[in-house]
Amino acid sequence: MADRQQQRQRQRQGAPSPGFERVGRSRLMDGLRAYRLIAWMWVRSTMAYRASFAMTLLGNFAGTALDFVAILLMFSRVDELGGYGLGEVAFLYGLSSAAFGLTDLALGSMDRLGGRVRDGTLDTLLVRPAPVLAQVAADRFALRRLGRITQGLLVLGYALTVVDIAWTPVKVLLMPVMLVSGAAIFGAVFVAGGAFQFVAQDASQVQNSFTYGGTTLLQYPPTVFAKELVRGVTFVLPLAFVNWLPALYVLGLPYPLDLPQWVAFLPPLVAAGCCALSGLAWRAGLRSYRSTGS
Amino acid sequence: MKGAGRLYAAVAAGGFRRYATYRVATAAGVFTNTVFGMILAYTYIALWDERPGLGGYDQAQAVTYVWVGQGLLSVVAVMGGGFEDELIERIRTGDIAIDLYRPADLQLWWLAADAGRAGFQLLGRGVLPMVLGGLVFRLALPGDAGTWAAFLGAVLLGVLVSFAIRYLVALAAFWFMDGAGVQQLAVLAGLFFSGMTLPLNVFPGALGELARVLPWSSLIQVPADVLLGERTGWALLRTYAFQAAWAAGLLALGRLIQSAATRRVVVQGG
Repeated sequence: MADRQQQRQRQRQGAPSPGFERVGRSRLMDGLRAYRLIAWMWVRSTMAYRASFAMTLLGNFAGTALDFVAILLMFSRVDELGGYGLGEVAFLYGLSSAAFGLTDLALGSMDRLGGRVRDGTLDTLLVRPAPVLAQVAADRFALRRLGRITQGLLVLGYALTVVDIAWTPVKVLLMPVMLVSGAAIFGAVFVAGGAFQFVAQDASQVQNSFTYGGTTLLQYPPTVFAKELVRGVTFVLPLAFVNWLPALYVLGLPYPLDLPQWVAFLPPLVAAGCCALSGLAWRAGLRSYRSTGS
Repeated sequence: MKGAGRLYAAVAAGGFRRYATYRVATAAGVFTNTVFGMILAYTYIALWDERPGLGGYDQAQAVTYVWVGQGLLSVVAVMGGGFEDELIERIRTGDIAIDLYRPADLQLWWLAADAGRAGFQLLGRGVLPMVLGGLVFRLALPGDAGTWAAFLGAVLLGVLVSFAIRYLVALAAFWFMDGAGVQQLAVLAGLFFSGMTLPLNVFPGALGELARVLPWSSLIQVPADVLLGERTGWALLRTYAFQAAWAAGLLALGRLIQSAATRRVVVQGG
């Protein structure tokens, strides 16, 4: 019962506009419910092989930890990278990794969509009475991806113990907001990437360069990269709002590109904008779908 | 013998054509390699700004290393994804029994197919990222054909070592049934010890020494060093001998394990 109520509340918050409220609400409810059911089914199926699950969970953790080992190895040879110390880089790394980890857990199988378009199994999803996006997102839901989130949070915890931050209530509040908005921005990239796969089925790798590439980019200080690249990920594909801009505010470090300080509080708005755009892209992609027909 | 040579040549050509079919996927791969190359190149520039001459490379060599790594990533299949998925599936389903009946050597068959794949990846995914990287960054590429030829030799041996490792990984499926865990472990070891994550000559102390003698160094670090002109004359021959020794040893181990596995193989199903 309580669960129901919560769910209803969620729908109310998620409804796009009063005019669409009725339709939007039930669509969203359908979607969330379908997502939960499918994800739970995959969890149960994974748990049938517990040893294998433990191994892949560990592998996921170790695989993502490798990036950080590389950073540690770099810092075994230097004290600063682009003017940032290890603690500050770890702060950026932890935020980027944890935010991306949340998205990867929720939507990590979006890159399988191209395969489904190619072999025609997407048709099965279209005839089921649940939103396609929810079905595709929950497909092969993998709890092992908790490994990445754990690893990101551990590095973030380490960073918080070594970096001196002049905490204020606003900065404390900004931390969870940053993680959730960051995950939403990455989520928009995943969904837009999914939409692109309707057009170019074999190009799922392109998505990786923005998702995995994006999180790798954000693990390093913005001072390392060329101005044009930083401009690109600020104004065109706004990945800079995942962690760079808000994190630099928390750390009290100067901004790239001489941006004003209040941009640190934009991530929720940027995330909402990105999600809306990627939603439109998804619709356009889904409409353009033509079955292989065999 | 001549017939056998023709057979494996045909298998290799098939492997080449098979990968050449997916043009969009190849373009997407080139794009991804280029994006990652950009990101890594900037971090390496920052690193070498801080410590010029780190690991014996100057900055241009370090940036070149990045693009060699991105170009070779799929050629030597650091992240896996070559023939082994298929072989593991055949072991799991029991189709392997049919393969063992065929009048062709199992290891050579897959080696030929993988060589074809590597050949295509070298042309399709190796060249373009390097060219694109060269447009943005100053690279330390050799001007003489000799160094390029030496580099191709090191890549060839690297592909052999890579195949030998992945063959062992695939054979593990005879015992584990599900090859995912071993495969994942192999990818991690490959990424770390090949020099893909960071050049092995930047690794500190004993870890660096260990990493440089493990077989994975043959995949990225060794070919890159050859291209960067770090191994010439006798050092080049010693390098080739190092790669060839790992290739021969691991291939022989693969045959040994294969014969042990086929003696105990139990085909599933009716």
